[in-house]
Amino acid sequence: MALALRNSLPCLVTALASLASAPETAHAGEWEVSGSAGLEMRTFLERGAYPRQLDTFQPSLQLEGDIRWTDAENRWDFVFVPYARLDAKDGDRTHVDAREAYVRWNGDGWTVRAGLAKVYWGVAESRHLVDIINQFDTVEDIDNEDKLGQPMVEISTLQDLGQLTAYVMPAFRKRTFPGEEGRFRTPLLVDNDLARFDGGRDDNADVDFALRYSHYFGDWDVGLSFFHGTDRDPRLILDPARGLFAPYYDDMTQVGVDIQYTHEAWLWKFEGIVKDTPFETFAAAVGGFEYSFYGITESGADLGVLMEYQYDGRSDDPAIAPITTADNDLFGGLRLALNDAEDTSILGGVIVDLNDGSMSGLVEASRRFGDYWVVELESRFFANVDNTNILYGLRKDSQVTLRLTRYF
Amino acid sequence: MMHKRKPRSSRLAAILAVLTLGYSLISPVTWAGEAEDKGLEIAARSDRSDTGFGDSEVTAVMTLTNAAGATSTREMYFKTLERASEQVGDKSLTVFVTPRDVQGTALLSHAKILEPDDQWLFLPALKRVKRISSANKSGPFVGSEFAFEDFTSTELNKYSYKFIGEEEFDGMKVDVVERFPLYENSGYTRQVAYIDQEVYQTRKIDFYDRKDTLLKTLTLSDYREYDGVWRAHTLTMQNHQTNKSTTLSYGDYTFKTGLSDNDFDKGVLKTIR
Repeated sequence: MALALRNSLPCLVTALASLASAPETAHAGEWEVSGSAGLEMRTFLERGAYPRQLDTFQPSLQLEGDIRWTDAENRWDFVFVPYARLDAKDGDRTHVDAREAYVRWNGDGWTVRAGLAKVYWGVAESRHLVDIINQFDTVEDIDNEDKLGQPMVEISTLQDLGQLTAYVMPAFRKRTFPGEEGRFRTPLLVDNDLARFDGGRDDNADVDFALRYSHYFGDWDVGLSFFHGTDRDPRLILDPARGLFAPYYDDMTQVGVDIQYTHEAWLWKFEGIVKDTPFETFAAAVGGFEYSFYGITESGADLGVLMEYQYDGRSDDPAIAPITTADNDLFGGLRLALNDAEDTSILGGVIVDLNDGSMSGLVEASRRFGDYWVVELESRFFANVDNTNILYGLRKDSQVTLRLTRYF
Repeated sequence: MMHKRKPRSSRLAAILAVLTLGYSLISPVTWAGEAEDKGLEIAARSDRSDTGFGDSEVTAVMTLTNAAGATSTREMYFKTLERASEQVGDKSLTVFVTPRDVQGTALLSHAKILEPDDQWLFLPALKRVKRISSANKSGPFVGSEFAFEDFTSTELNKYSYKFIGEEEFDGMKVDVVERFPLYENSGYTRQVAYIDQEVYQTRKIDFYDRKDTLLKTLTLSDYREYDGVWRAHTLTMQNHQTNKSTTLSYGDYTFKTGLSDNDFDKGVLKTIR
């Protein structure tokens, strides 16, 4: 697999480069093509916790295209963003997706979009609590920032009182899970072919609905959201006969609020939800601040200090609710932006479980070289993990990732 | 007492006379308030010379040159919506086209006069719209020699003014006006603007840092007229302390394209990319 990847890499890069031979500014009535190809090496510092998990190195390739067209009157947009991950070690991490594939009509104060799309809701940094539209692509990373394209019809209107958006989602996408050789996995594998939905069905025929209101009032940015449909986050039910987990995606209703207050160098953030499932109704919240020290060096670097508290009131019985790490945790982080021509930045953070002291942390650094290359260094580490914390399964997965990406 | 005071006060009067005479050789104005009034008048005439432009769209290429002479470029486009009242600022949208890794990143700004501006950033990879602090006035704009305030603080009432005198610049007669930021968090103690007397456009600005040392010089050239509205098409910011420079080259402007407040709402950021 590794050898095959190495041999096919130059061909893929060449193909992508020729596809994106003349990227230009988006001109109405013209096609615009761009993309990126990234070579990634994950290095794990310890042997895996489970048999057959990959050892030290996990090389992979990441390809993304971006094809778009806008008509001369700026009324119609067509967007296609294909994505592929080719992993040399974990076959289940190798996958393709259409992150976006939609047609949008832009009217006066109205937009309608149909197809696969990505949506982001919320303000917090350490946990994306109200953000519910897209399924997470967790084989990419466990930070819930990689998303699968969600099939939807989206109708949005912008009025003096704010923006109101309605979503109708006719199809459900299952979460991605690592394979047997993969890291960041549960002790037993999750088999999406065993997925179950409410009503005892093994296929999800429900149509999901959501509403979102977003506006700002002076220094306050406010979002309200409502979602009714299938939870993106499954309960994992043990299938003892097969020795596997079957994901169970419950029907649920969620209301959410996100608020940011911006004053001077302070950003105060809050996200809260109330979620109603067939088993329970509970609340969860994340809130905190981001404060920036501007111009800490002669050259104008900024240092941001972040702190957020995470609360989740769900049952800790995995038969009742999907498990979460963020029940009573504190996040602290620092973000350094050099504000140089290379956009050099470093983010470091730690989340501590206030119940048992388990810690997980991350460091993310990136810098552009020339006009087309970006080098990123990411590290995720686990320390002092209590054997009752769900992070216990990831305790051996501390790693450092080096990624080199060429943009076209 | 009277005898003792008289020679002292006449000596003082003589010193004052010399000082005043000396000053009047540099500046035609002699009493406090007049220099300020004239400075404001010149700045206001310049600011109002493009009143009624409505809205504009323009593309630009920014070239960053470091002290060693190495360059890097970024392409972007700007949309601006004029707001008629001088008590509120204009609305502007800046969208990056290159470097490719930040393609589609956008900054939306609703300028205020003395209060902090409202600003939102759009991060296309996540589709995230984030309200950001506008307290970072003096920070570098995308690694360039332009500070955020060089773009966002162009409103007349963000400064107090003082007329310095007249000079020749680049073959033109220019008024030299000192301006002092009234808004908070500025990186400058003062700026010295050179405004021509024919079409009232700013030709050069010297920026003095918080220690009142000359930091940067902005040269505005390649002015073109669009239906009575003048726009510079080459802006060069030279940093005298680091020897780095940034040149902003604009394409052709289009005016009155029909942009409205809706095009500058944070909700439209998500439709950029």
